[in-house]
Amino acid sequence: MAGDSSDIPLHIPDAPHRPGDESEFTDWPWKPEDLGMLEMDCSAEESSEHATGLVRVLGDDNSASGKWNPNLSPEDLKMGLEYMLRLRIFDDRMMKMQRTGKLSFYMRSFGEEAVAIAQTMALETQDWLFPTYRQPGAQFVRGRDMVSMICHCIGNEEDNVKGRQMPVHYTYKEGRFISVSSPVGTQFSQAVGVALASRYKDLDEVTITWIGDGASAEGDYHYALNFAAIFKAPVILNVVNNQWAISTHSNFASGLQNFAIRGIPYGIPSIRVDGNDFLALFSVTRWARERASMGLGPTHIEVLTYRAGAHSSSDDPSRYRPHDENEYWPGGDPIDRLKDHLISIGEWTEKDHDELSEKLDSEVMGAYKEAVKFGDLANGPYPSSDAIFTEVYETPPWHLMEQWEEMKKWRDE
Amino acid sequence: MPNMNMVESVNSALDTMLSNDEDVIIFGEDVGYFGGVFRTSDGLQEKFGKHRVFDSPLSEGGIAATAFGMGINGLRPVVEIQFADYIFPAYDQIVNEMAKVRHRSGGEFWCPVTIRTPAGGGIRGGHHHSQSPEAQFTHTPGLKVVYCSTPYNAKGLLISAIEDNDPVIFFEPKRCYRGPFYGDPHNVPTWGGHPEAEVPESHYSIPLGQARLALEGNDCTVIAWGAMVHVCEQAIKDSGISCDLIDLQTLVPWDKEAIEESISKTGRCVIVHEAPKTSGFGAEMVASIQERCFWSLESPIERVTGWDTPFPHTTEWDYMPGPDRIAAAIAKTQEN
Ligand SMILES: Cc1ncc(C[n+]2csc(CCOP(=O)(O)OP(=O)(O)O)c2C)c(N)n1
Ligand SMILES: [Mg+2]
Repeated sequence: MAGDSSDIPLHIPDAPHRPGDESEFTDWPWKPEDLGMLEMDCSAEESSEHATGLVRVLGDDNSASGKWNPNLSPEDLKMGLEYMLRLRIFDDRMMKMQRTGKLSFYMRSFGEEAVAIAQTMALETQDWLFPTYRQPGAQFVRGRDMVSMICHCIGNEEDNVKGRQMPVHYTYKEGRFISVSSPVGTQFSQAVGVALASRYKDLDEVTITWIGDGASAEGDYHYALNFAAIFKAPVILNVVNNQWAISTHSNFASGLQNFAIRGIPYGIPSIRVDGNDFLALFSVTRWARERASMGLGPTHIEVLTYRAGAHSSSDDPSRYRPHDENEYWPGGDPIDRLKDHLISIGEWTEKDHDELSEKLDSEVMGAYKEAVKFGDLANGPYPSSDAIFTEVYETPPWHLMEQWEEMKKWRDE
Repeated sequence: MPNMNMVESVNSALDTMLSNDEDVIIFGEDVGYFGGVFRTSDGLQEKFGKHRVFDSPLSEGGIAATAFGMGINGLRPVVEIQFADYIFPAYDQIVNEMAKVRHRSGGEFWCPVTIRTPAGGGIRGGHHHSQSPEAQFTHTPGLKVVYCSTPYNAKGLLISAIEDNDPVIFFEPKRCYRGPFYGDPHNVPTWGGHPEAEVPESHYSIPLGQARLALEGNDCTVIAWGAMVHVCEQAIKDSGISCDLIDLQTLVPWDKEAIEESISKTGRCVIVHEAPKTSGFGAEMVASIQERCFWSLESPIERVTGWDTPFPHTTEWDYMPGPDRIAAAIAKTQEN
């Protein structure tokens, strides 16, 4: 190919592996014993080992050890496992629905199920979640009914956002899960404002937000770090480094190959955590929550994981990365790792797992069947197109009222 | 002559310009290795090298700013904003920087950047994959604004935009990438066999500032751009009224001769766009036409536009101007 890096004048990075290459990930030297706990009131600089290392609790054999072990009860671990497995089964079912034309579009959290679930479980119910499209699993933790999630994805009459947004752009205020917006990155700096409002009102509420490795190249990421540090916002700022932004490798998002340490020069204690390790994620998030709650300000976390599936239902990753690359990812599978851990401590069996899978499968299927009673993609009923005009403003001004009348004339003719 | 769809003709324009001018450099989100999420730069990195066609960080502001810097230092960057809805992080760089640098530097610096971006609805993209923000740019002195509609004009206009020494915002109607769109979502034709899909492989250009007479008639002038050109074609057929259909192609600067000539013939006018009505470019057209052609007008000018609301998802067909609304507006201009 023309322009191999040796003979071109510009430095253009590349992904480590492209289709046809053998995938290898060699640098995975981290062990649960590597890192001690950090003092709650540590300075940004004092966190630098935690930012350049990797907090793990589940070791290579999936036993739990090290200072960051949150010592969760088996009940909590099983709960986490159930949420993650439910999300995977839910995603697989929705993807099948998309493939057979029953949803217009879909995005899975495949390989990243632990992220939102462990992190939300580590918070209090009054805490605000400000997610991207890759954290829908948080809603399970906050008790959202799958039927209502599916109704949104179909965009039928029961869609709580009234058919206005694409699938997976959930809003769930009851669970303090703030509306997902397509323009990537915007939520990150908005979350700082949410957190400051809580502080202003003197409430013990913490805000957690997430941004992708790719989107961390947007200005919003940097605004967030700066504002959060300056105003000591009670916010947990997570960069989910799943290594890909559609076809673009994280080599194009940071020149460092480490996202965590970018928080340090802003003055924010920063930690990198194994994003496929449920226990480590829980623990680091719990720690960040406590700091925030004590008035010690923001924490910046790189969640190191791997986007095991396609970016979305419109994407075919085998065109830009080895089709089996995810099998080589040394971070493994978050569900398998927690499951193996539970088995190793005698709290779980393969049979339990199969039974749980079956139960969840039928719950998801049941939810889908329930949801389509309120309308399917092919036949509706859909939300009324009157919803085009409502909630644009608190009260529609005259020009919208006129246009609304005109729309109805054409629609109802 | 080869038959191309609009993805292929955009690709062909980029290919032509990369071959003709080594100062042309292409970058944007997913445009390099992968060739763009709409495939418009497919194969170009392999053909021209990683330093000519490459991926950028996910940062529209960064893309525009970097293009600005390259542009004032002698390169001719062609950058892609993945969806026009995502151009706003770059807005400051475009509006305050690119658009004004020639003027503010006393002519010492200028910025020959082309910003390509897929725009418009009809793909079930909801608020943030459907907008048509041309008016946000036509209101900015120093920018040229182009909106193509067919494979043939996409290539010819894109080549002119790249060769132009001023910054150009180049909108591509994504609903028309693979076929024209006649306003019926269930009718999904391809460009195969369409006369506007005959696209030369070699270099050609369509001057910026020149409209295209897509249909010729006597009784009404219908003005549109982007996907709406095809919807208007359908509406004119349905209305049975003899119309000039003017595909504006360049919004700034627009083709005053073509408009004046047509209005002086027909005396009646309908302007159609899918962007919201208030402060849409249609408003500019109406105002200019009444200033320039008032004494030729025989009836009030009609506008058919998207509503003044966000672009909906499931109900987009109740939002986008369809042939029925447009045909009724054409008929209304004939009333007195
Ligand atoms: C401002 C903006 N630019 C471009 C896009 C198109 N887009 C959607 S997702 C995406 C990649 C995001 O990658 P990353 O931030 O790493 O998140 P991931 O999908 O990996 O979770 C892009 C470019 C967008 N939605 N918003
Ligand atoms: Mg990513």
